[in-house]
Amino acid sequence: MTRYSAPEVYQSRYDHFIGGEYVKPHHGRYFENVTPVTGQPFCEVARGTAEDVERALDAAHGAADSWGRTPVAERALILNRIADRMEEHLESLAVAETWENGKPVRETLAADIPLAIDHFRYFAGAIRAQEGSLGELDDDTVAYHFHEPLGVVAQIIPWNFPILMATWKLAPALAAGNAVVLKPAEQTPASIHYWLSLVADLLPPGVVNIVNGFGVEAGKPLASSPRVAKVAFTGETTTGRLIMQYASENIRPVTLELGGKSPNIFFDDVSAARDDFFDKALEGFTMFALNQGEVCTCPSRALIQQGHYADFLAAAVDRTKAVVQGHPLDTDTMIGAQASNDQLEKILSYLDIGRQEGAKVLTGGERADLGGELSGGYYVQPTIFEGDNSMRIFQEEIFGPVVSVTSFADLSDAVKIANDTLYGLGAGVWTRDMNTAYRAGRAIQAGRVWTNCYHAYPAHAAFGGYKQSGIGRENHKMMLEHYQQTKNLLVSYSPKKLGFF
Amino acid sequence: MAAPVAAVSVTPAAAGLIRSLRAAHGPLMFHQSGGCCDGSAPMCFPAGEFRTGASDVLLAALDIDGVPEPVEFWMSAAQWELWRHTRLTIDVVPGRGSGFSLEAPEGVRFLIRSHLADG
Repeated sequence: MTRYSAPEVYQSRYDHFIGGEYVKPHHGRYFENVTPVTGQPFCEVARGTAEDVERALDAAHGAADSWGRTPVAERALILNRIADRMEEHLESLAVAETWENGKPVRETLAADIPLAIDHFRYFAGAIRAQEGSLGELDDDTVAYHFHEPLGVVAQIIPWNFPILMATWKLAPALAAGNAVVLKPAEQTPASIHYWLSLVADLLPPGVVNIVNGFGVEAGKPLASSPRVAKVAFTGETTTGRLIMQYASENIRPVTLELGGKSPNIFFDDVSAARDDFFDKALEGFTMFALNQGEVCTCPSRALIQQGHYADFLAAAVDRTKAVVQGHPLDTDTMIGAQASNDQLEKILSYLDIGRQEGAKVLTGGERADLGGELSGGYYVQPTIFEGDNSMRIFQEEIFGPVVSVTSFADLSDAVKIANDTLYGLGAGVWTRDMNTAYRAGRAIQAGRVWTNCYHAYPAHAAFGGYKQSGIGRENHKMMLEHYQQTKNLLVSYSPKKLGFF
Repeated sequence: MAAPVAAVSVTPAAAGLIRSLRAAHGPLMFHQSGGCCDGSAPMCFPAGEFRTGASDVLLAALDIDGVPEPVEFWMSAAQWELWRHTRLTIDVVPGRGSGFSLEAPEGVRFLIRSHLADG
């Protein structure tokens, strides 16, 4: 066991990062940034407004043209160097991220930061390998297709994986040659600045600009600006719709990732043996507690086939009871703090409505008081509800360590329940039968179906939503095209006129 | 304009916040969110900022003491189908963000509390 100390890498105050330097907020206002580990503030952050956004857009527009013309080999090299710099500081980045967000350091050490590092490397490689196309229409006529950067793009980042989610958006945008104005979440605005302190010297001024602040004060002027060529957002449906409305005023594209209510399906044959696979499936069930459940693809609906329902569920309850809740900076801790007080309150409100609707609490169900300095933090016990798919706890993303369990009869019943949701982001299928796995995976209306695994997020596998879960596919080279224009040169090599005039 | 379809209540603390936001920002509206991150939170906007349409349901037009006009509370129709067996109360808790909701900079957050309709 290792218990890390509270990070010392944070400054006491962060301004906006604009044009390669830190700039004070126009109105001179700051807000306190709290660590969910203890509930205490640890720094203050600039409270940005439209004036700051305009200044950042000026800087981005000043940098976009030359960045877009920078050879792809050079852009890729910069992304690789960012990855190298992050790798050199992996441990301090992980500790900083845990302090900011509340998640256990074992996750930031083994997942968040390594994935972010690899993500920069993936897009460094992808942009080198990307080619335009040509079509030979006839002997004299050729259509050339070039990828061009969009220019200046806006990115609004969520608070559940502050550095990784920023990376998912930054890496493809920068690889494709865009300049970026990024707004981190107001709940987790600081870790991106620690990241920036490690890599800022690698980037030309103005290519990455960070404006801090609240959605209504800084996010809105950014998302609604006619000076951005695209808006990328991860969050919830109402704000996603509002961003689309703003974008529609300027005829701008958006990519949106708006969450889900992901089913995790366990067929009878999972319990055919007590072997490694059975053990892996139990871990797959317990993945609802990863990142305290604050994951868009949290497997928050577990569907267990009737034949092994009681036995598998009993084993799953035992596995969940073994989840170690504790200090997020302790490497033995498996579940840390919820990211904010309002998030904690929202989860508690769902524990309440779940009980009112008659769902049965199999374990957990309460706020956790971990004592000492952690008493002020935002901790919830991993919770298993047993109930029916029509209940609200089965239909809404609680964004907490809460799974709702029900049973199913057969494949078609499983698919029916799985698809009975407004969302379609992730799903899990667990079976020893490859035909069942294939049929279920293809029938589930979700952008990602983990098959005999869950919560893996490697670059090179497309991630995005069906239905109300959003638009676009991150984590894959296809995201490059969400940050690019297509230029077609339609060229005639014939000296002869057409003969119309 | 369709008639409101449900009773939505407001705690005294939430009513106080609505009054102060009304004074600062003018007429207000709510749209109940769903999905990720700050999903399932009610979002408060200047009236008309969020364009509702045929895919939305007007749940309630809230009468708040000290607010001259009713404050409309909307939800997507598909989401309401899943919520309609519950009654909603708008409360407010200390918090941080998010979305573009007007109260976030005040260090507080609107929160929905739910009760079974027949309970």
